[in-house]
Amino acid sequence: MVNYYLRRLARIPVTILAVATLTFGLIRLLPGGPFTQLRIQLLRRGVPIEQVNARIQALQNIQPDAPLWRQYIGYIIGVFQGNLGESISLGDPVASILARAAPWTIFLVVTSTVLMFIIGVLIGALQAYWEGSPFDKLSSSASIFVMSVPYYIFAVVLLYYLAYGQGWFPSQNPAARGIENTLSLEYLISVLRHGALPIISFTIGGIGSTALNMRGNSIQILGKDYVEVARLRGLSDGRIATRYVAKNAILPMYTGLLLLIGFRLGGTVVLEEIFNYPGLGYYLIAGINSNDYPLMMGAFLVITVTLVIAVFVADMTYSFIDPRISTGESDAF
Amino acid sequence: MPSETDSQIDWQSETSEVEMTRRDRLEELYRRWIYEPVAIAWSDVRTRLGIVILTIYLLIAGVAVAGLYRTPQTNQAGRFVKMFQDWSVPLGSTNSGTDLAALIIHSTPFVLLMVLSGGVWATTVAVAVGTVSGYKGGSIDNAIMTVSDFFMAIPGLPLVIVLAMTFQDAASNPIYLGVILTINYWAGLARSIRSQVLAIREESYVEASRTMGTSTPRIIFKDVLPNIMPYVMVNFVLAARYTIFASVGLYFIGVLPYSVKNWGVVLNNAYYQGALYTPGTGHWLFVPMVAIVGLTFGLILLSQGMDRIFNPRVRTRLAGESESTEEVSETVTGGMP
Repeated sequence: MVNYYLRRLARIPVTILAVATLTFGLIRLLPGGPFTQLRIQLLRRGVPIEQVNARIQALQNIQPDAPLWRQYIGYIIGVFQGNLGESISLGDPVASILARAAPWTIFLVVTSTVLMFIIGVLIGALQAYWEGSPFDKLSSSASIFVMSVPYYIFAVVLLYYLAYGQGWFPSQNPAARGIENTLSLEYLISVLRHGALPIISFTIGGIGSTALNMRGNSIQILGKDYVEVARLRGLSDGRIATRYVAKNAILPMYTGLLLLIGFRLGGTVVLEEIFNYPGLGYYLIAGINSNDYPLMMGAFLVITVTLVIAVFVADMTYSFIDPRISTGESDAF
Repeated sequence: MPSETDSQIDWQSETSEVEMTRRDRLEELYRRWIYEPVAIAWSDVRTRLGIVILTIYLLIAGVAVAGLYRTPQTNQAGRFVKMFQDWSVPLGSTNSGTDLAALIIHSTPFVLLMVLSGGVWATTVAVAVGTVSGYKGGSIDNAIMTVSDFFMAIPGLPLVIVLAMTFQDAASNPIYLGVILTINYWAGLARSIRSQVLAIREESYVEASRTMGTSTPRIIFKDVLPNIMPYVMVNFVLAARYTIFASVGLYFIGVLPYSVKNWGVVLNNAYYQGALYTPGTGHWLFVPMVAIVGLTFGLILLSQGMDRIFNPRVRTRLAGESESTEEVSETVTGGMP
């Protein structure tokens, strides 16, 4: 088992290496190649070629005149040292911009995913418990409908009514501008108020499928013999519902959660753009819109690393929750 | 049971099955693959509604392809006409006086092609990878799963954005765009298909096939695939849903290149040109939203009812009763409205 954890941990740098290789390749494929435009511009202005190359190397930690393999090795070493180049449009090192942005994205994703999971599981459990009741029928239909509405449509509708219509919530930024970024109550409330709409829309978007999943799993488990036996043993309803049904119904969904984190982390790109919320996705788009390749590729890399770490953490907790997890390999046919 | 006696008569009237005429065989194929699935599908309220909605979208696409409705142009109507006010512009118009209905209709073929290609690509790759890896096991399984774990480790939308930036030409073609959007969607699906195949490979009939020396492709097609088909179909719809959500979302924030306006682009124009806070322009946002949600709703309804088509128990029930569909609908209908 320890061996499994070690192997799992060793896979993180390998995955990051693979993704960094991919970004290195993509930077070269981008329209115009790496900084062709900037290079021509600077050369035209009469800047000597050595200075131009040095400037580009500072921007993307790629030496334009070195052979490809040296460029690659230099880039990878830079990435593992935390050097993601310098943003062209903002003038700061990409790593420090993204270090400020990452907590906002993590805040959005973690809060909304946890809320979505809890609410979805509760609704699904009630549906299964009262299977066939008007509540079940109504909420199942509602779940199907909610599944077909993308989260950014909820975001736009909420903005339309609650931010612009009623003026209850602010429409952009992670906190009010005037307040100091310290751990004061005022700042906390401002953060929650600004985060409310993105989090609500991201939560609602996922509740439908979570509830339907939970409903299906619970109904299946309610029909199992061991639940019947537990009833015959005279165990209390509460104990059966939580220990016997809920636990076994949630477990298969937990595996799906690993995948879900990836989709949701990717989804923040659209969400942050709508709410002008300066997280990782926001800077990814900002980099694209201003042709700021170091910022764009840095944001892409950091989002991926965040996902790799998140999945690792979720994977580790999974084997604590479900002792039956198998780490063995299958025989070859 | 009428059908049993029927089949007995058939059996006796012909000397052997081998002498089945081509016509009989075609009839059999028609019954098995067209009539029965459609009858079962139609018997479920959700599937029926889903089919109706999707047919409407196909008709709209047909109207666009046949050129029966005018193409969207600026100043073809007044600015900001509201919905259902002027019947020459039924869904209202935008800030530049473009007919919204024309915008929606003429982007439908693009969206449908993109959704189809995204769904087909994601499910085909996932099924191929998942079945081979799950059935073969051993080092092949290890190698395939390492690759798909790598793809799973990259968050979908950011990757799509970067790829769309890199391959701008390909991204304005609906079929390539569908593939780009689901470029790593298959990985997660392949993993769950693999875990289902891991259970199926231990079944006695698969073991029997293997002992008889049946080739791996044949076992995968004949023994493994039919078992996971319901799951695959449902996931085809989910992949299609993902393609719609991802594409519209990315058009919405303006990072996908486009040559013809579509639902996401309309949403983008409306959002960034102030429909959110200008009174009387809400329909500009509302109409593309309805188009997106309607198509996804149709797909999801279809998938919710779809497992009936593949569920052998429901099929036998249909065969056991008479040929009339009405009776079937009485016995099979149930579940969610």
